Amino acid sequence: MVNKGETLGIVGESGCGKSVTALSVLRLIPEPGRIVSGHIWFKDRDVASYSREELREYRGNDVSMIFQDPMTSLNPVLRVGFQIKEAMVAHERFDNKTADERVVPMLQKVRISDPKERAKNYPHQFSGGMRQRAMIAMGLSNEPDLLIADEPTTALDVTVQAQIIELLRDLNRDMGTAVVLITHNLAVVASLCTRVIVMYAGRIVESGPTRQIFNSPQHPYTWSLLQSIPRIDSTQHDKLLTIAGLPPDLSNPPPGCLFHPRCRFRVDRCSKEEPPLEEVGPEQAARCWVLMKNALAGAEPVR
Amino acid sequence: MSAQDSHVKQSPAYEMALVRVEDVVKHFPIGTGLFGGQAVRAVDGVSFEVRSGETLGLVGESGCGKSTLGRVIAQLQPATAGHVFFRDTDLVRLHGEKLRRMRQQMQMIFQDPYASLNPRMTVGDIIGEPLQNFGIARGKERERRINEVMRTCGLNPNFIRRYPHEFSGGQRQRIGIARALVLNPTFIVADEPISALDVSIQAQIVNLLEDLQDRFKLTYLFIAHDLSVVRHLSDRVAVMYLGKIVEIADSKEIYLNPLHPYTKALLSSIPIPDPDLEAQREPILLKGEIPSPVNPPTGCRFHTRCPIAQFPKCSEEEPPLEEKAAGHRAACHFAGQL
Repeated sequence: MVNKGETLGIVGESGCGKSVTALSVLRLIPEPGRIVSGHIWFKDRDVASYSREELREYRGNDVSMIFQDPMTSLNPVLRVGFQIKEAMVAHERFDNKTADERVVPMLQKVRISDPKERAKNYPHQFSGGMRQRAMIAMGLSNEPDLLIADEPTTALDVTVQAQIIELLRDLNRDMGTAVVLITHNLAVVASLCTRVIVMYAGRIVESGPTRQIFNSPQHPYTWSLLQSIPRIDSTQHDKLLTIAGLPPDLSNPPPGCLFHPRCRFRVDRCSKEEPPLEEVGPEQAARCWVLMKNALAGAEPVR
Repeated sequence: MSAQDSHVKQSPAYEMALVRVEDVVKHFPIGTGLFGGQAVRAVDGVSFEVRSGETLGLVGESGCGKSTLGRVIAQLQPATAGHVFFRDTDLVRLHGEKLRRMRQQMQMIFQDPYASLNPRMTVGDIIGEPLQNFGIARGKERERRINEVMRTCGLNPNFIRRYPHEFSGGQRQRIGIARALVLNPTFIVADEPISALDVSIQAQIVNLLEDLQDRFKLTYLFIAHDLSVVRHLSDRVAVMYLGKIVEIADSKEIYLNPLHPYTKALLSSIPIPDPDLEAQREPILLKGEIPSPVNPPTGCRFHTRCPIAQFPKCSEEEPPLEEKAAGHRAACHFAGQL
């Protein structure tokens, strides 16, 4: 669930299903994949039941998406300004003339300097950070309620990443656009999002308010991830905690909890029954039989 | 405290420079004819030393020249000018067999474990190839050493006849490390060895690199853009910007007391996985992006993005990399003023 105007972070490793989840929201799953079951509710209506026409309306107008590598999302032979205008005209939200007039202010909004001249440039004349800004401008040009950003800063340098995060934060605040940020970088989530979903092997293993998740993670996977990343502000040198093994092969998943083969807190039950995603605190839910509050208080970890 | 004092406190092993880089320049010429004479100035006059037994972290954003510098030091690419001393030998002047012999001492670990392993060779052959090349071990002895180094790197020796595609990214990086290690080198250049790996696998490789260093008394030049990992692994850190080193100091010192405005901005840009701290932090946002190394800015190369640049001094005079505190060097006219 994403609330109106909220910033939600979806974190997980590659192959955990976070991008596929986001693509499902837009019904963009590539063949032969399909949504086997479940619903996607957008403002009380199920996206899965939308007709082609309705989908066209919904994509871009209601929800838009930006991707990791902006170069592959931009057409190299069309001017950036034209591509932004095209996004608006295609959705018939604005007529040709209004769309034209909106291009430069949109570029300005995403803080591209000299927007009037820059609109006439081709994508290759833009730097990586500017391309991502242009994509954001395009995504926001139809004033959607929700912007899904799939690893928007992964290909960028840290100083540029900081600029893009700041931009997303300001746009969320000023335009009220809800933002779903998909990333493998927990620190980026901590800096931008108010709520977090942690995914592992295609499932949500934990969700809750960001502060809660970082201060008191209940799923061992969340806890281990937080312990395994070095921090720029750490003052003593501790060995990093490692998560043994690899994420499971999803065509042949382990029985019970999908994380149990790598979990240092597992109990017998973990390999037999899959735990449900249950409430563990105010607005916080975790999919675990043990939970970290018990694991850290009680018995010695396995291994 | 003078520079001498700071040396007294350190263990004797630190005092000796294993690798000394002096005024190294690496230019890549681009175009001919009309545009002839232009060059990408990837590394443009860099001097520092790597002390025996330490890990020196080399950080910077993409395009700053850090990988090129690593390759020049490892003699995978010839320097345009300057010297790289390994102990007392100037590697830049070595050629042919003499240089090849020196390579036993210095090995490299690469970023992409998918691209750096030959897909047609078995793991055993990949790891054992250096032994053959240097005529060190053959037959049973070769096999024994491969087995041993595989075990050291956390690989199951039973997989010796498998091919790289049968391994995960983390395991492939272990293969790359095993290959670097099999010759018992003293110095390893690791170029972004973990950035292609998943978060939960990165810690495994970081810990392995630390263990190996302890066990075999290795000296590392650790090149990375992730400053959190660099801080974790390094004794000292050098920050590079547009082909120059702008600051170099002890790891703790550089994080607590960065003197160059670029280092400071870089550090402040890195998010911390703690929402409470993040809420209080205000990153120093730099204007624009790293300029082209074909035509770097005059004076201080950072002046176009620097929040404290003063004109015309910064745009005309290039600041030297000078000692500003004991063991702490920075190249800035207004060091410590941001």
